[in-house]
Amino acid sequence: MASTITLEVSRYSPETDVAPHFQTFEVPFRKDWVVLDALNYIKDKKDGSLTYRWSCRMGICGSCGMLVNGEPKLTCATFLADYAPTPVRVEPLRNFPVVRDLVIAMTDFMRKLQRVKPWLIRKEEKPLSEGEYLQTPGQLDVYKQFSMCINCMLCYAACPVYGLDPLFSGPAAIALAQRYNLDSRDQGAKDRFPFLSQHDAIWGCTFVGECTRVCPKHVDPAAAIQQYKLTAAVEWIKSVLLPWGGK
Amino acid sequence: MDQICVVALGWKMKSATTAPAYTLNHPRWYRKRVSTYWWLQRWEYLRFVLRELSSVFVAYFVLLTLFQIYLLSHGPQAYAKFQGLLKNPLMIAVNAVSFFFVVFHALSWFNLSARAMAVRVGGKRVPGVLISGSNIVAWLVFSVVVAWFLLRG
Repeated sequence: MASTITLEVSRYSPETDVAPHFQTFEVPFRKDWVVLDALNYIKDKKDGSLTYRWSCRMGICGSCGMLVNGEPKLTCATFLADYAPTPVRVEPLRNFPVVRDLVIAMTDFMRKLQRVKPWLIRKEEKPLSEGEYLQTPGQLDVYKQFSMCINCMLCYAACPVYGLDPLFSGPAAIALAQRYNLDSRDQGAKDRFPFLSQHDAIWGCTFVGECTRVCPKHVDPAAAIQQYKLTAAVEWIKSVLLPWGGK
Repeated sequence: MDQICVVALGWKMKSATTAPAYTLNHPRWYRKRVSTYWWLQRWEYLRFVLRELSSVFVAYFVLLTLFQIYLLSHGPQAYAKFQGLLKNPLMIAVNAVSFFFVVFHALSWFNLSARAMAVRVGGKRVPGVLISGSNIVAWLVFSVVVAWFLLRG
């Protein structure tokens, strides 16, 4: 087995470059190294100017999402051994503006995430003396899958709809909205409805399904969107058929 | 000094609290244009485009069926004449391709149905295989019934 492996890393310096280019690095090949280890090796030993995001190294923080051989991956969970001996190509996530090297600007996502109000909304908070809002394991199970999202942006990088139409709210934001809509403690589904039911939200999704395939936490955002389409359609039918507009 | 600059140049002070938000169109951020041929770059994207395209063939079969019903209302001769046209090799080829796409359309949507439907029985979510499988079984049973009705002679 070869003692080194080649990494082709996308480099972009906003001060000097018009467009990104690839730089090749030879790094030691170790069976237990992930792509992020190789990037850290490059930064420590070869080129300290290499810029990328990372934090926890264990698939929790969602910072180290990049394209590995064209596929959106968490680099902390992508082993070099799965690609050796062929070179590994590392690029910034697709569909986002590149700030520098492997760092993307996620401002657009943060803005959209805020618009779906991803927090528990109560019409009226009960007093502290009444204790916490209790939930059965069954009630937890209804939304738990969607609560596993770590905002890693892999789903946005995989979604061709988001690439073609940047106004599309995108998979993670809608999945997180659905996470709170399905929470038995939440009463904010009606507050989220106007944003979620518009064209650029759920109806922008054409169900490519790639968001679900690349999700490292098995959130299944495509399912969240399709399920909310059903909810929105039922609400629309109620608003047309019922004299009180389904309110 | 800052005060002097502000007064002299008419600048508005920008403290940490009044700093402008990130601009979406930052001049130094690199934006890659999505290729017109993005759907050819990955099999998953091509499969999606084929699935969407298959709707055209579904529409074609619907129109063909409606047209046949319309001809039936004009008597057996009109219908038989059209049947003769359908035996043309070109029409057989078009219908064979259409049939392939209609089957592809049905199977891909039945496979996706498990994602769109979160069916819960006794508090537990029904496995996706059961939802897709029951859809496909129902489709096959219905198809066999229709085929028997049409081909029984």
